[in-house]
Amino acid sequence: MKPMFSLIRRDLLIALRNKTEVLTILFFFVIVTSLFPLGIGPEPAQLRKIAPGVLWVAALLATMLGLQRMFAPDHADGTLEQMALSPTPLVLLVGGKIVSHWLVSGLPLVLMAPVLGIQFDLDAGSLGVLMLALLLGTPLLSLIGSIGAALTLGVRGGGVLLSLLVLPLFIPALIFGAGAVQAHMAGLGFGGHLSLLAAMLVLAAFFAPWATTAALRIALE
Amino acid sequence: MSYRLVNWFKLASPQKFYPVAGKMIPLFWLLAAAFGVAGLWLGFFVAPTDATQGEGYRIIFIHVPTSWMSMFIYLVMAAWAGLGLALNARLSGMMAQALAPTGALMAFLSLWTGAFWGKPMWGAWWVWDARLTSELILFFLYLGFMALQSAIDDPRRADKAGAIVVLVGVVNVPVIYFSVKWWNTLHQGASISINKAPSMAMTMLWGMLLMALCLWMYSIAVALMRVRAIMLERESHTDWVKQLAEVKA
Amino acid sequence: MIWHSAADFFAMGGYGLYVWGSFGVCALAMVLEPWLLRQRRSQALRSLQREMRAQQMNKERT
Repeated sequence: MKPMFSLIRRDLLIALRNKTEVLTILFFFVIVTSLFPLGIGPEPAQLRKIAPGVLWVAALLATMLGLQRMFAPDHADGTLEQMALSPTPLVLLVGGKIVSHWLVSGLPLVLMAPVLGIQFDLDAGSLGVLMLALLLGTPLLSLIGSIGAALTLGVRGGGVLLSLLVLPLFIPALIFGAGAVQAHMAGLGFGGHLSLLAAMLVLAAFFAPWATTAALRIALE
Repeated sequence: MSYRLVNWFKLASPQKFYPVAGKMIPLFWLLAAAFGVAGLWLGFFVAPTDATQGEGYRIIFIHVPTSWMSMFIYLVMAAWAGLGLALNARLSGMMAQALAPTGALMAFLSLWTGAFWGKPMWGAWWVWDARLTSELILFFLYLGFMALQSAIDDPRRADKAGAIVVLVGVVNVPVIYFSVKWWNTLHQGASISINKAPSMAMTMLWGMLLMALCLWMYSIAVALMRVRAIMLERESHTDWVKQLAEVKA
Repeated sequence: MIWHSAADFFAMGGYGLYVWGSFGVCALAMVLEPWLLRQRRSQALRSLQREMRAQQMNKERT
């Protein structure tokens, strides 16, 4: 487990030194979210209705931006091969990569979402549900996205191809995540939606690292 | 008894499979035509007019078979993919590659015929309910697989990467199938199940089954045609391809 | 016989557009796909023959 933690520490250090990367993803999130009221119209009732979906889709797109950089830099300078050759099981190291990706690309979005939710005139309760849903959804996205990132490593057209592969797999999470907030706004319980989201997260946490490891070995051959 | 098993593994080389596939293709076209004629005859000339939906319900004879095939082909692709990863066999990867476009076509036709059925019956070309959405996701999964394969130059890596994509996406198929049970959706519920009597007239049921068989035979025929073309493309450097009659001509 | 005339058959009780729109597109697809495959096959054969001819010429030259 220690190698995994030191890997996370290393990735976080790198991210801290290249703050622009983290901030770019955050800014993208903010800008995309702002586009919708500008494009659709500022009427508060309408904004409140579209807020969960818009915020989720924007979070999705912002995290997709960061997915490419999960393995590509390490692959470019040979670190990835060293990781594959090391005595630590590659699965653990992949798990570490996913955690650090979430900490850098996912968690800031979760923290930023309530601020943006206020722009959409969401009430405190809905903001809370939104945060909780994104807290479950963003790690899920890092997990599913890692599979796509490993599969498209070094492949031309990688970025768009990555999105094409990952987004269909992520649609159920989007439906339940945004649905949780919508259910809360409608006065129905959000528990069901969040439980399903949590179930998906648990499943992905078990299976995605294995799929990613297999995909990495294929990419490294 | 035991040499039967050996025979199958001999077929696992593209060289042996190519002529066998070639001989099977006309047979499957014939079966497809036979089932198709029977199914269409039942569907258009024997099955009675529906009480609520009039003649429009006849789309069921093409909509349900295409939906079934889109899911079935994906499962077969997943099986070939799993086999290819486990046995590291070239042919399995080629079969998965051969099935994908046909599966994608079936998914598209399912969505298309569904829309044409939905418009007169529900008033909408499209609704975002669980079954339609998950079928759309299936269509995207097919496209993603095909895009990934064409983006990777090395065929062996493309096979293995594609296999992982297919296997990860296979969870979607039960979701589609059970979506009408799990969610309150606009799409009608299952009328055919393995352990209950069907809730539709026998002629309608038989029409649907025959059309499904027709599409199944068609898919096999087309997949075999495609896998032969893939072999010609991928194995172009091998001796056995260069010795083929159609190449030497 | 359910259909009293050919016109009845094509009208499909008012649903003609939808029924024939569905079956028609499917039939078209099921004709197009094998045709495109035949093109793919002849293209593969042609490029194979070209390559073999090129190799043959290369051998004859050396």
